[in-house]
Amino acid sequence: MKNIFYILLMLPIFMSSQDKINGMIMEANDKNEHIGLAGANVYWLNTEVGTVTDLDGKFTIPYKTDYKKLVISYVGFKTDTLTITEPKMVHHWLQPTDNLDAVTVTSRKQATARSYLQATNVINVSSDELLKAACCNLSESFETNPSIDVNFADAVTGTRQIKMLGLTSPYILIATENIPSIRGASQAFGLSFIPGTWVESIQITKGAGSVVNGYESIAGQINAELVKPSTDDKLFINAYGSMNGRFELNTHFNTKVSDKWDTGLYLHGNLRDEKFDNNDDSFLDMPLQNQVNLMNRWQYIDTEKGFVSFINLKFLNDQKQTGQIDFNPDTDRLTTNSWGSEIDTKRYEVSAKFGYVNPEVPWQSIGVQTAFSSHIQESYFGLNQYNITHNSLYTNAIYNSIISDSRHKVKTGISYTYDHYDEVLDVQNLDSNYERTERSVGAFFEYNYDNLDKLNLTAGVRIDNHNLLGTFVTPRVHARYTPWEKSALRASFGRGKRSANIFAENQNMFATSRAINILNSNGNIYGLDPEIAWNYGVSFLQGFNLFGRKADVTLDYYKTDFKNQVVIDWENPQEVNFYNLDGKSYANSFQIELNYNVFEHFDLRTAYKYYDVKTDYTSGKLEKSLTPKHRLFANASYETHEGNLNDGFWKFDVTYNWLGEQRFSSTASNPVQYQLPEYTPTIGTLNAQVTKVFSDTFEVYLGGENITNTKQSNPILGAEDPFGSNFDTTFVYGPIFGSMYYAGLRFKIK
Amino acid sequence: MKKIITIALLFIGTAAFAQNKNAKVSIEVDGVCMMCKARIEKACLSTKGVKSANWDVKTHELKLFFDENKTDLKTIQANIAAVGHDTKELKATDEAYASVHPCCRYRDDKVVGEHHD
Repeated sequence: MKNIFYILLMLPIFMSSQDKINGMIMEANDKNEHIGLAGANVYWLNTEVGTVTDLDGKFTIPYKTDYKKLVISYVGFKTDTLTITEPKMVHHWLQPTDNLDAVTVTSRKQATARSYLQATNVINVSSDELLKAACCNLSESFETNPSIDVNFADAVTGTRQIKMLGLTSPYILIATENIPSIRGASQAFGLSFIPGTWVESIQITKGAGSVVNGYESIAGQINAELVKPSTDDKLFINAYGSMNGRFELNTHFNTKVSDKWDTGLYLHGNLRDEKFDNNDDSFLDMPLQNQVNLMNRWQYIDTEKGFVSFINLKFLNDQKQTGQIDFNPDTDRLTTNSWGSEIDTKRYEVSAKFGYVNPEVPWQSIGVQTAFSSHIQESYFGLNQYNITHNSLYTNAIYNSIISDSRHKVKTGISYTYDHYDEVLDVQNLDSNYERTERSVGAFFEYNYDNLDKLNLTAGVRIDNHNLLGTFVTPRVHARYTPWEKSALRASFGRGKRSANIFAENQNMFATSRAINILNSNGNIYGLDPEIAWNYGVSFLQGFNLFGRKADVTLDYYKTDFKNQVVIDWENPQEVNFYNLDGKSYANSFQIELNYNVFEHFDLRTAYKYYDVKTDYTSGKLEKSLTPKHRLFANASYETHEGNLNDGFWKFDVTYNWLGEQRFSSTASNPVQYQLPEYTPTIGTLNAQVTKVFSDTFEVYLGGENITNTKQSNPILGAEDPFGSNFDTTFVYGPIFGSMYYAGLRFKIK
Repeated sequence: MKKIITIALLFIGTAAFAQNKNAKVSIEVDGVCMMCKARIEKACLSTKGVKSANWDVKTHELKLFFDENKTDLKTIQANIAAVGHDTKELKATDEAYASVHPCCRYRDDKVVGEHHD
């Protein structure tokens, strides 16, 4: 009996000893040489049966027919699982993983995503999302994003302003690669000076934002990451043409210069030289325009030593002509023959970034950024002339480290900015020259605590000394708490301070017959005091499954409270008055956003927004003009994916925007024919785009903007008498041009 | 002179015996997902002396930086095992393993398979 027991015990050994697999694990290399990998783990999945390779990378492992999956793993290499159906020799090459700690996410990447983990309320917009609106520059990149409102182009310059939390773009810090770039003189048109194809991704921070990039942001921060020479396509060509006479061409060339240097040359040109006056008001519906925009980037990477560097050179030349259709700049410039306007801009930019990560202690890093720009705008609007030269220098040095362990991170550094503004005007009531220099030196410290679980907190403070704004402290705090699974509750508060560039930011007022008045309060900037505001916000994100598909809902409530503001008062139709706030001014915004993956490759995004933006004007407390209280937003996108992606597929995208009624600033004192109703009608617009991807290298797209052909019939007040006393181009609440169709192509070689 | 030499020698002694404040070690830890990542890293960082812990979901490699004066690899591995994750030298107890979220059951073939889609 006992013997039988022994035999039974022996049986498995006999059985297993019958079959063995021999093999060799090697390090992958270009020439497929047999470089053995010693010490790699080889084991059968879900068993205790395993072994380690010997010095030559060879191994022997027992085999049974029910062992199917052989796992091979080694630190620093990708783990592979082989399916074994018969006992034979195994020769396998393991692929080393990248040195960079890249995390590969296996689920499908969302084009726009909010983080469940970060303390700040950041919306990340990937390049996939940017392709949904094919055109054409940064200002149009936000059309499919409910957190940013894109206004309709004003009647003269054709540029689109953006708003966030109910506040216009001067209250948003707009940076390219964390260097504040759209500010000062470039505030009005700067977004149209960054071509869409240059943008790799956009990060939108709602609320106060970080102290690292300065004290100016009030409503939020937008950062555009540009394409990098080392990762962008070797050759990229994008051509675009639209029925409103606009043509664009973008070309990127990227090349590797040495094993550490990459360079890229990016060219953008756009042209619109066809005149349209579909509403027969004698004014062009859109300006004539041409732009040449060049960028040369140099990228240096040395991963072993931990050095990264970027050097960028940019040049821009932009010309716009607008006004009456028969206006000829050569003969009618600054005359009353015919009303016209030209805006010529030249901009030169040099920026450099330098980063060092200590390879021995990777949490220690140093970053230095510096940028110099010179922005020259020469322009006239009818008889008003406005020229501005803005030279700017920005320097920021950041040191990153940890306190005791990586749950406690700190960032600290110093920054210096220099701005010189020289404005030459020929406008009634105003001086002929406004010149000022702004200098500030600041130091910042930001602490981040992450308990790797439910809580993440960022608290930052900066102290700045500014020659015109004085010495002041800017605190900003963000926190995230996760009460339960798939949720994030965020709160933030912070302070912002800025000097308002009243002319550069409100250039549309020159295209009116209004008298411009600065009600002097003996301040340092145009006689006015700087703007100071506090921003408070709470946000709640909850992910869930609806009918087995992913969905998430976000509720945002933000409040901006101005302690001081430069109020722009349009309430007298004959005047624009600038004065410091006396009383209250606030912007409250509420947003509910729902994202739903209805079925495979079909995503739906909807949002409702409520704005309550009010200011105490001299004529009383009023809702901010041309800011709708209610907004609806919906975006649907679908991709066909059948079989191999290289065989091509289709992408469909539809965006609907609805704006509630907006208040017109008062026109009650105008003659009856120039009076406007108190509120605008509601407006709904629909955009759609179809993209056919033929292969990795080629795709074409076709789209339509404002398909339902919604139009504002009389965008210009007093258009028949542009030199009369009631001429005004600022009452634009809807599209001036009707529906517009476009087509384009993209060609790329990786 | 003698004194100086003694002091200098003393310093050399301390320098030679001083342990690395930023010791860098890479070990393999079993797990499957981002939740595992959070759990593993948290276990490491709550060990006094650990400065940085970074676990790679795909390669299962855990990169550790710690102060050798304050802790050692054994202690860290014990803490990782205590929250339910296996390392080469130290397997988690069944109780500890049972405490991980069902989606993180890295010893289960089915769970692992689901993460590789």
